[in-house]
Amino acid sequence: MGSPDTACASYLDPILERYGYRSVNLLQILREAQESFGYIHPDAVDYLMLKLDIPRTKIEGVASFYSFLHLEPRGKYRVLFSDNITDRMLGSQALMERMCRNLWAEAGKITEDGLLSVDTTSCTGMCDQGPALLLNNIALTRLTEQRVDDICSLIRQQVPLHAWPTEFFQVTDNIHRKDLLLSEGFVPGAALEAALHRGAAGMLAELEASGLRGRGGAGFTTAVKWKSCRNAPGEQHYVVCNADEGEPGTFKDRVLLNSYADKVFEGMTLCGYVIGAKQGILYLRGEYRYLLDKLNAVLTRRRAQNLLGKNILGQPWFDFDITIHLGAGAYICGEESALLESLEGKRGTPRNRPPFPVTHGYLNQPTVVNNVETFAATCHIATAGGACYADIGTAKSTGTKIMSVSGDCARPGIYEYPFGVSVRQVLEDCGATHTQAVQVSGPSGVTVAAHEFDRQIGFEDLPTAGAFMVFDRNRDLFEVARNFVHFFAHESCGFCTPCRVGTSLLRNLMDKLHNGHGSPYDIKEIENLNQLLLSMSHCGLGHTACNPVLNTIVKFRPAYEARMLHQEFTPAFDLDWSLQAARQMTGRDDNLAHLSNTEPLP
Amino acid sequence: MSKTFTLDGKTIPFKDGQTIIQAALDAGYYIPHLCHHPEFKPHGSCKLCTVVVSGHQTASCTLQPAEGMVVESETEQLNAERRALTQMLFVEGNHFCPSCEKSGDCQLQATAYHLGMMTTHYDHFFPNRPLDASHDDYLLDLNRCILCSLCVRASRDVDGKNVFALAGRGAQTHLIVNARSGRLADTDFSATDKAAHVCPVGVILPKKRGFAVPIGERTFDKQPIDAYVDSRLARKES
Repeated sequence: MGSPDTACASYLDPILERYGYRSVNLLQILREAQESFGYIHPDAVDYLMLKLDIPRTKIEGVASFYSFLHLEPRGKYRVLFSDNITDRMLGSQALMERMCRNLWAEAGKITEDGLLSVDTTSCTGMCDQGPALLLNNIALTRLTEQRVDDICSLIRQQVPLHAWPTEFFQVTDNIHRKDLLLSEGFVPGAALEAALHRGAAGMLAELEASGLRGRGGAGFTTAVKWKSCRNAPGEQHYVVCNADEGEPGTFKDRVLLNSYADKVFEGMTLCGYVIGAKQGILYLRGEYRYLLDKLNAVLTRRRAQNLLGKNILGQPWFDFDITIHLGAGAYICGEESALLESLEGKRGTPRNRPPFPVTHGYLNQPTVVNNVETFAATCHIATAGGACYADIGTAKSTGTKIMSVSGDCARPGIYEYPFGVSVRQVLEDCGATHTQAVQVSGPSGVTVAAHEFDRQIGFEDLPTAGAFMVFDRNRDLFEVARNFVHFFAHESCGFCTPCRVGTSLLRNLMDKLHNGHGSPYDIKEIENLNQLLLSMSHCGLGHTACNPVLNTIVKFRPAYEARMLHQEFTPAFDLDWSLQAARQMTGRDDNLAHLSNTEPLP
Repeated sequence: MSKTFTLDGKTIPFKDGQTIIQAALDAGYYIPHLCHHPEFKPHGSCKLCTVVVSGHQTASCTLQPAEGMVVESETEQLNAERRALTQMLFVEGNHFCPSCEKSGDCQLQATAYHLGMMTTHYDHFFPNRPLDASHDDYLLDLNRCILCSLCVRASRDVDGKNVFALAGRGAQTHLIVNARSGRLADTDFSATDKAAHVCPVGVILPKKRGFAVPIGERTFDKQPIDAYVDSRLARKES
């Protein structure tokens, strides 16, 4: 019997070598092991245990946490349809059924020949060019019936991915409105030169004057974060850029990284300069795997330009470099402490806080974690100064905000506005008509109804990470909320009781209403669960998981009332529906195989 | 003079580095809890020990008190929410108390009694969870697992073995053991491990011994859980 050593060594050794045989890089090692072999084979686990000196439980615990890692064989072609509400509105469900029918596949399962597995995944960030899917973790956009049929025949003929038509993989920026951040003409190095001229304290003062607040949604003042981290004692300081853009309906970081990566990396380098860090890490969501090579090329160029690496811009004391860490399908890793756990090669479970990352972050060292857009903005503050930046936007929300617009509108895509823009203005610009509601900042954000369209984007009124999903009068807001509730149940990390169990209970109740078994009792139950999630959950995911339902129950009550077919409590259990499995097994679907169609027993 | 905070109006002394629940238990004051164990580092996952501190709810097992802090625990609202969490733990797994070897010694069951839980309220998930009887001395009945991770911590931090770990995500989170076969018999688990003796429910059970102490004479048959404060703490001289 060949030892697992010899079989695995050929593909694992180079990976282990690249990651320095360090278990802190476990997630990256597992991801690359899977890219080489298709899944993480038990022999590979044995080998990694040995080489990394960690227990099997650690490897299996981590691998099973992330949606894109597999400890069991998957199809040679792994298809994941993006299941955001915007994909559904563009017909993704019918397209997935079409693919399954074409290829004799069953959703959630691997075909018997091992060729294909088809399933759904949370929003892949292609809402402006959906429906979208991931094929072996690479994004495909603008699916149509024709394109799905073409994909099916390529799969059937087992054509390797690199030989597929390139237009299938085309991702466009779709920028419709530019302001400060999306303006052209940024010269790499200009912001760093300006910052060096000002000095670290001077740069911090400009940042303070700018009033810049974090763009991930929470809006923490950036200068305070950088200053606290700079003052925190530690052996090393770290800069982490959160590009785990997982909030459904958000895709502005994708565009910033695709076309403005220099600003993002330069902002990280500025931060490294201010807080005294030597290492920066970009946490890129697994769905954006297709950007990895391009981003690495930008990093290589910046090193050649002396904007990264040793003695940056000729300063003998200024060393800073950036590596890219890829996620593997876990929304929770967008939460900064879960992201740090993930960076350390662990399960993405949010930490107990305090302490906060600014004092105890990556590897327990002082760490700044900021959003992609925040780092990009600091470049403009470095070059033009804080006062100039503070002139844009509103008093408490300075600067501009990039919105990711999708859903029912003529021109979905990217819109950058000064803060304070009204929902109505954005709707007008993107060509939305007969709009019923807008989901601002994704499922964890706010459902804005038509009478509120004069509300403004900004921390004073509607804070947002950027998602702006438009629903016209033909959409059913109950189904929108139900899609979001399913999302949260799927993405709960499972650490704390209220979120782990509560999001599933909430999903079941929404499904019960959807299936026509709803009564006023269930609405009350939903409200009670929401209260519990809000007060007892460990992190923001649980706290916000109830937002879509709470919002829509208040603002779109008729959508729920239409589901309350019963006045008295009705169990979710339905005998006829429960016979589904028996019907499938016996291959019957005739009238007599349904309870409602049989004669009552005498 | 030692620092103090108040818990439901009672003055509780605390030492630097202690959490609210540690100080409370030391002072003989019960706060409902399942994933907390007096001998282990705080974890903060079950959320039963949640208290109110200056209007905010927070787990008392992870928060350190400050001088003069006002903490509320025994409120109707908190106990109602703790009861709901307990119900969630019941429906998430498969708990059949009458036939469970741990009945009467089970922290989950005793906590449910303490909180006045009369029904499980929510629809049961009826998960399909395996039973592992491979080991000579011990049985794993994962139907009863509440994912408190005490065995994980005991095996890792005390036994130095990493026999147990949590795997999966969300509702699929589950306990695994450190063997390629997935069987307890193929790990280095032993009956003398700390991990063999920390399960608050009936997952990790000794074999070849059943109902040695009759129902009615067990830990929580004698007195309710709050009277113990924590049955695993050394009894204080009164």
